[in-house]
Amino acid sequence: MKVPYSWLKDYVDVNLPASELAEKLFSCGFEVEEIIYLGEKINRVVVGEVTALEKHPDSDHMHICTVDCGEEYGRAIQIVTGAPNVYVGMRTPVALDNSTVAETNPAALEKCPDGIKKIKKGKLRGVESCGMLCSGEELGINDDFYEGAEVFGLLDLKGNPPLGEDIKKTVGLDDYIFDISVTANRPDCQCVFGIAREVAAITKSELKTPDVSFKEYDSVAAPVTVQVLSPDLCPRYIGRYVEGTKESIGGANADKTPAWMRKRLALAGLRSISPVVDITNFVLLELGQPMHAFDADELAGRKIIVRRANEGEKIVTLDEKEFTLNGDNLVICDGEKPVALAGIMGGLNSGINENTKNVFFEAAKFARDNIRKTSRKLGQSSDSSARFEKGVDAYTAEFAMNRALHLMEELGCGKVTKIKSDENAGNAQKKTITASLEKINALLGISVPEEETRDILARLNFQPKIEGDTLTVTVPGYREDVENYPDLAEEIIRSYGYSHLEPTFLKSARVTGGGLSDTQKSENAVKETLCNQGFYEAYNYSFYSPKDFDLMRLPDDAEERKAVRVLNPITEDLSVMRTFLAPSMLHDAVRNIRRGNDSGKLFEYARVYLPETLPVTTQPEEAEKLGLCVWGNEYDFFDLKGAVEAIERAFYVTFTYERSHAPYLHPGISANVFYGKEQVGEIGELDPAIAASLGLDKRVCLGELNMKKLLPLLNAGVRFTNLPPFPAVKRDLALIADENVTCAQIQAELYRSCKYVTDVQLFDVYRGGQIPEGKKSMAFTLTFTPDSSADKAITAETADNFVKKILGALKFKLGVTLR
Amino acid sequence: MRQKIDELKAKVLADMKKTQTVRELYDLKTRFQTELKGISGGMKDLPKEERPAFGKILNEFKTGVETLFEERAAALKEAEMQRKYEAEKVDITLPGKVRATGTLHPITLVKNQLIDIFSGMGFKVFEGPEIETDYYNFTALNTPKDHPARDMQDTFYLAENLLLRTQTSAGQIRVMEKEKPPIKILSPGRVFRSDDDATHSPMFHQMEGLVVDEGITLCDLQGMLSSFAKKMFTSATKVRLRPSYFPFTEPSVEVDLSCSECGGKGCRLCKGTGWIEVLGAGMVNRKVLENCGVDPDKYTGFAFGMGIERIAMLKYGVNNIKALFENDVRLLKQFAK
Repeated sequence: MKVPYSWLKDYVDVNLPASELAEKLFSCGFEVEEIIYLGEKINRVVVGEVTALEKHPDSDHMHICTVDCGEEYGRAIQIVTGAPNVYVGMRTPVALDNSTVAETNPAALEKCPDGIKKIKKGKLRGVESCGMLCSGEELGINDDFYEGAEVFGLLDLKGNPPLGEDIKKTVGLDDYIFDISVTANRPDCQCVFGIAREVAAITKSELKTPDVSFKEYDSVAAPVTVQVLSPDLCPRYIGRYVEGTKESIGGANADKTPAWMRKRLALAGLRSISPVVDITNFVLLELGQPMHAFDADELAGRKIIVRRANEGEKIVTLDEKEFTLNGDNLVICDGEKPVALAGIMGGLNSGINENTKNVFFEAAKFARDNIRKTSRKLGQSSDSSARFEKGVDAYTAEFAMNRALHLMEELGCGKVTKIKSDENAGNAQKKTITASLEKINALLGISVPEEETRDILARLNFQPKIEGDTLTVTVPGYREDVENYPDLAEEIIRSYGYSHLEPTFLKSARVTGGGLSDTQKSENAVKETLCNQGFYEAYNYSFYSPKDFDLMRLPDDAEERKAVRVLNPITEDLSVMRTFLAPSMLHDAVRNIRRGNDSGKLFEYARVYLPETLPVTTQPEEAEKLGLCVWGNEYDFFDLKGAVEAIERAFYVTFTYERSHAPYLHPGISANVFYGKEQVGEIGELDPAIAASLGLDKRVCLGELNMKKLLPLLNAGVRFTNLPPFPAVKRDLALIADENVTCAQIQAELYRSCKYVTDVQLFDVYRGGQIPEGKKSMAFTLTFTPDSSADKAITAETADNFVKKILGALKFKLGVTLR
Repeated sequence: MRQKIDELKAKVLADMKKTQTVRELYDLKTRFQTELKGISGGMKDLPKEERPAFGKILNEFKTGVETLFEERAAALKEAEMQRKYEAEKVDITLPGKVRATGTLHPITLVKNQLIDIFSGMGFKVFEGPEIETDYYNFTALNTPKDHPARDMQDTFYLAENLLLRTQTSAGQIRVMEKEKPPIKILSPGRVFRSDDDATHSPMFHQMEGLVVDEGITLCDLQGMLSSFAKKMFTSATKVRLRPSYFPFTEPSVEVDLSCSECGGKGCRLCKGTGWIEVLGAGMVNRKVLENCGVDPDKYTGFAFGMGIERIAMLKYGVNNIKALFENDVRLLKQFAK
């Protein structure tokens, strides 16, 4: 909300420096985002009088002027001007040497973003010029801001302003605009008067209410009847009939709008159009009530009907755009047809024009969500709809109507007649709230002195009455947000000051046990394990592109393709909710590689979303998954597997690995991870075909574990076993096996064939040399441990016997022999 | 004989002085013992009555020389050790051996710190669903159907009634429906808003806190947040409350912390104000309590919510929220211990 300081002063006597007022507004809930100084670009420009004039010898249009700028700046300053309207005796803005004005040349503006032009002493065709005489444009003002500012040539200052006076004061640029951020609960402060009410309360000043008086005339005209058929969307509708003439209303005669009103419109960045339009705009800015003026004689049947549009009904709005409507849209109709898109824009068929004689004014409250929905759906908006979306109260509709009628009278636009309607006026009834002072103080945690409470609420126009502990207030009509005692507590504390709060630490609350759940602790344990394995944690968006499913070569019927779609995504690339993490992990690796990070390890612990049916109707299952990825030529499948094994150790469990057929993984270098019979994940090297399609020259391995499935299975307990009374014995075995015999098969057999084998570690795999084609050598270290109840050590001889037995079993079961 | 001993003695002592290594000394000792054996072998040629005296002399000589051998051996060992030390000396400024470890993401680091601070105050951690119903995300939180926050522009919808939660406050309702006061929960997690520009990410993280019990006050909120601010930033951090608006709290406050960069004097980070807007909070709205079946006449409570990225950016000086979701290892490595 932009509030000009000078306009604010119409309603409240406040003379604080702008920054101080901003501070006060801030502390009671109105953050001033910016204080704009209107005269920012203008410096060292003063009032001067042209006392002598002669033609420039080398120019046919320039004049050499002698300018009197008063004692301080010089009584005879020579300035050359090319302006045609200069005359002796003219008082005009003088930009002195080393001054600044607004840049007006469009080409120069492109080069100076601050829009400031510097003026220095110089020579114009050989004649010295100690400054510049200025136009209104060079001060950045127009006719509405200051009468005559748009004249071609110099600004002719009227009313004999004192010589040497700062021009900012003369023309009204010595003013500030507060750009105030108004919270959504305070739509009543989306106008200058609303802010004035707050300022009066904060500064303990008197509030001057705008004049809403006018005379009512009897009219012979037929009445205009109003009928509201959709009161849910239109909680109040006030209509008033003003009789005028073609001259007083229709003729788009901007001159009729007085300078004071035009100045205020200009401060808000609006141009004057015609008195009636200006009045509606002014009232919107002043009181926050959007109004509409119909040409009363265009209303068929002299009727106004507020209803939902019929399916397919059409309207052409004032800006000549046609819209096809439906039952969600609220329209204002006359006896035959829609004449306005309620709250958004009037119809072209009924707006005031140069032939309008009589006006039918509308001030209404429309439901804010309906205005917003219609505005968004149709793509049509206006200052009016923007205001209705924030919320307009039923009380202000009447206040603003009266203000507009007063202004119609003041501006001589017409006579206010007794023809009027007020539908659903009951919605503007004032609420009374009774509250306990003790409860208010209990919520705040401090005791606000009763006098302060009374004083604060009185200043905010709540008419407080205090009897004992009972506080009774009458809520101002414009404060529809206030409903209960906590609202009053807030009104009190924001004025009394939050600095009065004394920090306490849950003085009366009971002790509770805090902390993480087991699942949350497990999540942390997994993350810590991976960090210790050299992995960095990643965070990816929860949505990605449907194209990622194609990239990962998922078949059409793949489960992962059954993803929830975002109905209103930012882009197609962020439009489906993740069903697995691998695509995100792959993109992370690719991004890193492309940025020159040749190798790395990442993990992400995040949820995927698995809908029961599509399109989704109920909350889908959210499953935590652990995505893993390593890239770079120094890393391979076994680095990834090592990380998964580290998780096994962290939870004291053992996973098994079987060949995977995941479509995005290398069929020969990928594994499904099992815990018991349950598949809990898959890992592998990225299918080289996918790597090639991405142009990757680095190896990428990736995969994921389903933590939601896995964590409940992990019974992360340690069971102590007694230490064996005798030391373990180790034996190294180099074995020769067929290529197709796996390490896991041999390991399993090693354990199975001798119960004293407690550990098997592979330490070498070798091919070539003395090893026959199609075979490989695998070397293991076996550990034999006597059980805790053993009464003697395992001797070398016993160990050799174990080895013999094991070799027999290996040969028999797997065809594996000693090298 | 005696002369032989003297000769041997002179020779051994001279040779001993020349030895440089324990090995040489050992060899010398072996030679000495052989020669000594030769001398003692000559003892049988002596007259019987002279033998004891000579034996004594020989013995004394032997022990004497052996002591010298031992002393020399010790000295040589010491010297050898010194040479070994010298030979094995390394350039201690060469880099140490590192076993590469990774690190948690700054979002997790901040999240864990927050959980650590608040769980110590008795908060339990509750993680609600990221896909929420309209009711939990908005209606139950007293965000009426016509509130601008519900507009399609801000919220990602998945179905008419399903959306990506826009705030972790949704978790408040789920907890209050199930549990009776006293309630102290912390609800961290992903949230989503349909905003995507230089300073907004369509997904970010929030941490919501909720306390409901008898007699909870706004002063308690201030006290708890002061304690939090001091633990999260510095012990000199101050808290300032100022009025604001959230549909689910009344009164609502915006909470500013004194700028950690300049200590409140005013700098670029705090735009010269000395204060940084960090979180939103307030006393739980009566309607929200009612919606969850908590008696608002008996219980009061407060809630607060903060952006985890915002804290991370303040704490670590990260100046681009989007960089947090690019997972560039060069960024992540900066957070390694």
